[in-house]
Amino acid sequence: MTISSSPRLTTPVTDRDHIKGSPKALVTLVEYGDYECPHCGRAYSIVEEICREARDQLLFAFRNFPLTQSHEHAEMAAEAAEAAAAQQRFWEMHRILFTHQSELATSNLLQYASRLGMDTEQFRHALTTHAFRDRVHEEFMSGVRSGVNGTPTFFINGARYDGPVDVSSLSTAVGLRRRPE
Amino acid sequence: MSSITTPMASQVALEPGAEAPDFRLPSTPDQMVGLHEFRGRNVVLVFYPADWSPVCGDQTTLYNELLPEFQRLNSVLLGISVDGPWCHLAFARDRKLRFPLLADFEPKGSVARCYGVYRLQDGFCERALFVIDEGGIIRWSYVSPIGVNPGADGILAALEALVPQEKKR
Repeated sequence: MTISSSPRLTTPVTDRDHIKGSPKALVTLVEYGDYECPHCGRAYSIVEEICREARDQLLFAFRNFPLTQSHEHAEMAAEAAEAAAAQQRFWEMHRILFTHQSELATSNLLQYASRLGMDTEQFRHALTTHAFRDRVHEEFMSGVRSGVNGTPTFFINGARYDGPVDVSSLSTAVGLRRRPE
Repeated sequence: MSSITTPMASQVALEPGAEAPDFRLPSTPDQMVGLHEFRGRNVVLVFYPADWSPVCGDQTTLYNELLPEFQRLNSVLLGISVDGPWCHLAFARDRKLRFPLLADFEPKGSVARCYGVYRLQDGFCERALFVIDEGGIIRWSYVSPIGVNPGADGILAALEALVPQEKKR
């Protein structure tokens, strides 16, 4: 048995997702990522660059895919991002997590919440009760069902992207015109 | 299209409906595992080229994350490559893998050949998946392009097709 087309996203982007860009954009880019994965760390600035250039031509959504057996802090970091989302600080926390990948212990996560001016008691409670574990697991399984096979995995308009992860390749794949250098 | 047989003709993976060939391979330097030991449970066989792929979040890492899902579906996962048992031991420890890695080492690739997934010119296995039911029959198989990690969606779909509705959570 062979598969002739690339795997497809089983769960489309909805308002439950963490999104940036325009919901009216013709192109949707979804990333499944792990905050402790170095490849995802490298991809973070690449995606930032693409979102910056694309502005409202692109809708970007990030979904959690923590590799908990390989990355000790990945699950808690994912839950921290969701807890930040509950306080409307998702993208700020997302940026801190990806730019501090070797500092993802719970004590670090609490500091980041404080730095972002969040309600730290609410945040701490969310982490200790694992309030967002089910949500993270749901995203993880949606990724598995969609054919996520490692981190990061990207889907462009619902089709898994298997090309190189660099600004030039990704921006070509999402149909952006590159500005002349 | 007629098939051309040459000394290095590529193999054809066993299809659904075929009986899964039994085998006995080392799972550690001093333990052997036989496929027949798992009758009564579904078995997912993961043939892969080699240990020590440089990518984090590769196939073995992904399946390691999904062991609770496989267990829920009454399944056991077995990895197979032509690496020797000491290599598997080091690899499993490094990646914290909690499922057996079997050494199709001597004779080299003999089990992979039985399943039609030995790359004759390369001397290692295809990246191939087989789902075998409780009675030892292959119910799904898939050979991925060697450079593409096939993920777990096909495996889960195949297993869910085998599990009676009332057993699912």
